[in-house]
Amino acid sequence: MSAPIAYVLFLSFAVFCFGACGFLIRKNALSLLICLELMLSGVNMAFVGFSRLHQNEGGNVLYFLVITVAACESAIGLALILNFFRLKKSVRLDEARALEG
Amino acid sequence: MEEQSHLQCIAALAVLLPLVGSALWFSLGKKFGEKFVSIGAVSFLALSFACIAYIFFTATLPLRINFFQWLPLGTSSVSFAFLFDPLSLALSMVVTGVGTLIHLYATGYMHGDAGFGRFFSYLNLFVFSMLMLTLSDSLPGLFLGWEGVGLCSYLLISFWFTDEANASAGKKAFIVNRVGDFGFLLAMFCIFKVFGALSIPEILQTVQAGNFSGDDLFWTRLACFGLVLGAAGKSAQIPLYVWLPDAMAGPTPVSALIHAATMVTAGVYLCCRMQPLFLLHLDVLNVIAYMGAITAFFAATIAIFQNDIKKVLAYSTISQLGYMFLAVGLGAPVAAYFHLITHAFFKALLFLGAGSVIHGLHHEQDMRHMGGLRTKMPITFWCMTIGVLAIAGVPPLSGFVSKDEILHNVWGNHDWTLVALAFTTAFMTAFYMGRLWIMTFFGKFRGHHEAHESPWTMTSVLVILAAASALAGILNWPHLWGGSETLGTYLSTVVQALIHHAEDPAHALQSSLTLAVVSSLVGLAGLTIAYFRYRNFSGEEFSSPAFRPFQNKYYIDELYDAIVVKNLRMFGKFLWKVVDGFVLDGVLNGSAALASRTSTYLRQLQTGLMQQYALWIWIGFLILLLGAWTGRS
Repeated sequence: MSAPIAYVLFLSFAVFCFGACGFLIRKNALSLLICLELMLSGVNMAFVGFSRLHQNEGGNVLYFLVITVAACESAIGLALILNFFRLKKSVRLDEARALEG
Repeated sequence: MEEQSHLQCIAALAVLLPLVGSALWFSLGKKFGEKFVSIGAVSFLALSFACIAYIFFTATLPLRINFFQWLPLGTSSVSFAFLFDPLSLALSMVVTGVGTLIHLYATGYMHGDAGFGRFFSYLNLFVFSMLMLTLSDSLPGLFLGWEGVGLCSYLLISFWFTDEANASAGKKAFIVNRVGDFGFLLAMFCIFKVFGALSIPEILQTVQAGNFSGDDLFWTRLACFGLVLGAAGKSAQIPLYVWLPDAMAGPTPVSALIHAATMVTAGVYLCCRMQPLFLLHLDVLNVIAYMGAITAFFAATIAIFQNDIKKVLAYSTISQLGYMFLAVGLGAPVAAYFHLITHAFFKALLFLGAGSVIHGLHHEQDMRHMGGLRTKMPITFWCMTIGVLAIAGVPPLSGFVSKDEILHNVWGNHDWTLVALAFTTAFMTAFYMGRLWIMTFFGKFRGHHEAHESPWTMTSVLVILAAASALAGILNWPHLWGGSETLGTYLSTVVQALIHHAEDPAHALQSSLTLAVVSSLVGLAGLTIAYFRYRNFSGEEFSSPAFRPFQNKYYIDELYDAIVVKNLRMFGKFLWKVVDGFVLDGVLNGSAALASRTSTYLRQLQTGLMQQYALWIWIGFLILLLGAWTGRS
């Protein structure tokens, strides 16, 4: 017996919102990356849930795609953070405001 | 057909040679050197003269040579074509003939000038434009030449442009001419409105066919007035004569060619060319007659009081042009044309003679510093003597014959105001020319430099022109005195005389002889009085304040300055300071300031903090979500 779709969506939305809130309030760039991963996972959960609901493979395929993109994105993000750390000796993002208008 | 294409080549050659020359001397004048340019410029002009003379002697007139369609204008079109008829050929002969002589003279006069090539380039361009003016068979073509000669006049007046006075004299000539050009353009528009065509033969044919409604006559009258304004501008008549005396700032050959012999007669040519149109409006002809007579009179009164030798000749030119307009206005275009041709000879001669004197005295133009040049410059002296006698109207020189013909027509018109003006002017002409002659060549030498005779290039031209001035009277020697009136017969196919002397021949001969005796006596009296007045001239005269208005040219320049120039300048200042500086700049700078001020506020949004941007994305997303929620069906 599988869980009803509403539960799945609720969980998915909750994970996504944790991620989003974390993204907005944390200062540490590494935490921000983790929060991004959380948001993506929330979305993935909804994909898988819908895939099960509709009994087709689309959602699962999209899940793999998102996971791949997320891996790439973390790699680029980590590289950026590494370089930023070399420059500023810190990973606090509020120090990165060179583009202030 | 064969004949036509053969003449087409010759006509094109006549007009294009000066143009090609102009381009050559302008671009390569420095490289070619003075000698090459002199020979080239003179021979190009001589060839052009030969081409015109060939057509003059061989072609059957009127001859229309079509080149190509130029301006398609709705239902009609203007073709680029030359019209060879007695009027245009006679003037073209004068232009290229006198032009060649003056080119030859200029090679001596301009010797050693830094702008030698440039000078001949402009001079050749002038001859090209003048030929366009005379030969074009359509009004736009004529206008092209009209503007071309105006441009060359401007370029040549301010030829020595490093001197501020020369540059502003050029500008003055150009701007005053623009006023006349406005009249010409207006006339062209009116003519197109009525006739729907701009080709001159076509227009004149329609005019002669008659049949005009009152409305048409209104427009043709306006066209006539426009043409008069144009002619007054180009030919320096009241009220637009002010530019010509200043135009003497240019080199003397220019004054002779452009501002005495050819360009300034373009107005007379135009009036003769469009004569059938003027015959529709006799009142306009009357205006022309009075304009000419008054100009002739006033210019002569000013000429008496000038001390600059070229200024005297300039006012004399204005005065003689006034005579021509008087004749045109009285319906005696042949007399006007005859005077135009003889005037081209003797006034060119006088100017070139004056140029020779100026050259010999190292650019001294003030007659008070001349005198006694009779022995030092004998050739110049004798040639000038012929010129002076011709313009003063001493028989049997050309000026006497042509002026007498005009006076004869004035007399036959029975308008005593005009008669008085014309005869007084004749007297004054003789007086001021005598004054010029005696102040320059007689008495003691009052100058600073040692005078010398000019080179052969200059004196030979003087001799040729003196011969022409003496003999040109034969061209139209009256029937009554046993002549053949060649010019009158030649022109009779294109212009018509309004005044017919329907007296019996014996009486006519008697009255014409009386008139001739009177007019030559008037001329001789003027010369004699001048001789006794200036025989012992010492350098000072006219100190009485009563003469001041004449010396200051009736303050006309000052008047124009106060009425027109000052106000225009103020208007210009208004446009500059208020319209441009305040309104236009205000709008532009205001919008720029607005953009800059808004952006100072808007840029606060760009904090550079990545998380804040994410927040904005979130808020935007939530607003979209809310919109979708409330807008659901």
